Amino acid sequence: MSTDTTTGPGRPTEIPYYPMERSAGCPFDPPPELRDLQARTPLTKVRLWDGSTPWLVTRYAEQRALLADPRISADTTRPGYPFATAGIRERRKIAQTFISMDDPGHARLRRMVTAPFTVRRIEALRPAVQRIVDRLIDDMLAGPRPVDLVQAFALPAPSLVICELLGVPYADHDFFQSCGKVLVNRDTSPRDQERAQNSLTDYLERLVEDKQAHPGDDLLSRLAVGQVATGALSRREAALMSTLLLVAGHETTANMIALGTLALLRDPVQLGELRDGDPALIAGAVEELLRYLTIVHTGRRRVAVADIEIGGQVIRAGDGVILASEIGNRDTEVFDHPDRLDGHRDAHGHMAFGFGVHQCLGQNLARMELQVAYGTLYRRIPDLRLAVDAAQVRFKHDGLIYGVYELPVTW
Amino acid sequence: MVKGGNAMKVTVDRELCVGSGQCVLSTAQVFDQRDEDGAVVLLDDEPPWFAPFRCPAVIAGWRNS
Repeated sequence: MSTDTTTGPGRPTEIPYYPMERSAGCPFDPPPELRDLQARTPLTKVRLWDGSTPWLVTRYAEQRALLADPRISADTTRPGYPFATAGIRERRKIAQTFISMDDPGHARLRRMVTAPFTVRRIEALRPAVQRIVDRLIDDMLAGPRPVDLVQAFALPAPSLVICELLGVPYADHDFFQSCGKVLVNRDTSPRDQERAQNSLTDYLERLVEDKQAHPGDDLLSRLAVGQVATGALSRREAALMSTLLLVAGHETTANMIALGTLALLRDPVQLGELRDGDPALIAGAVEELLRYLTIVHTGRRRVAVADIEIGGQVIRAGDGVILASEIGNRDTEVFDHPDRLDGHRDAHGHMAFGFGVHQCLGQNLARMELQVAYGTLYRRIPDLRLAVDAAQVRFKHDGLIYGVYELPVTW
Repeated sequence: MVKGGNAMKVTVDRELCVGSGQCVLSTAQVFDQRDEDGAVVLLDDEPPWFAPFRCPAVIAGWRNS
């Protein structure tokens, strides 16, 4: 990763900076510069905030192959790992969880928390999620207009669900949501990242301790009784894993609900189809929105542990590798007219949840929550519309996870 | 993926399974998940069809029986 230029016929000599900026008028599309790179090459060197120059993999096929390749490591303690920010680099030192480990350590820890996320268990949770969504919509309908959809619906819906699943008291939501906001922002300082991570871990450690004494029917209790009490995990390790699940359970689905609603409000025909409530159509539209929006928009990050020949290049052992699913999910080789939001296409192959052994643990929960949220909101509030000019909506360009800060709506 | 011949059987490596449930979502008549850890359970090892493409851990495929 020491070379400063990429050479060869027709190649620019300047290494592009990553992440790139989206074009102002196209908030739903990937940055034009990223699209140009994808058209030109399946992988190329890019420059990061710290001056390092890892590989950026632009195309779907190569991304998928590498994410499933055992010569690619997610271990953030390995030299060459391409951190997204200085804050994350510092935070990983105090918060190493299974998402930043390789097997067998990764598998051992992940399996401790997989049970509540099986297809069957998530399906059993659907009526409870429907009740939560209906109650939030009842409150919206009874309250003042306009209202911020993020605060009134998109954030509390997944927050209430993940709290119930984990056994975290929702009454503390102001506290843990504010910590989560710090953790997913690219611009927060290492010190603020550390402080937010430690507050959250301390909080969850106290909760795990409490669950050991008074277990309930939730994931934290399972960890407390099944793993901490038996010595398989320390209380701190259990708390760290819980912070990961708590934050991941909020920031992803909440942003999908709000950003997806904004995309659908621009597309009355597809919104109308969702309003009609056919479950198969809603499920298909959810997959397509996951693909089209790809809210994890600054790449999956890895480091090579051996030389890998791919796409006409050799990734050397120790090279950082960024798999940019935000552009892989717009690859014309895989998706026809990829920039078109089309709920009728088969979008199942998308990599919005990643690929390989680290593929999102909560994906079945996210799918179900989104099916219920999109499938209920527009049906119950059929004339839902933006309460501000579309140009005034603020996008999370500075977020590790893309979305909108507010979405003022009325009806 | 449609199987290549009559002697083909489905194979999975449960040790490497990450419990994503993608096999269950795509072909519920062939796959299930174990309650305790979400690991794959093979219900039918001679189905006419299934979708190995969806498995993120790439542990499902056809083998000659």
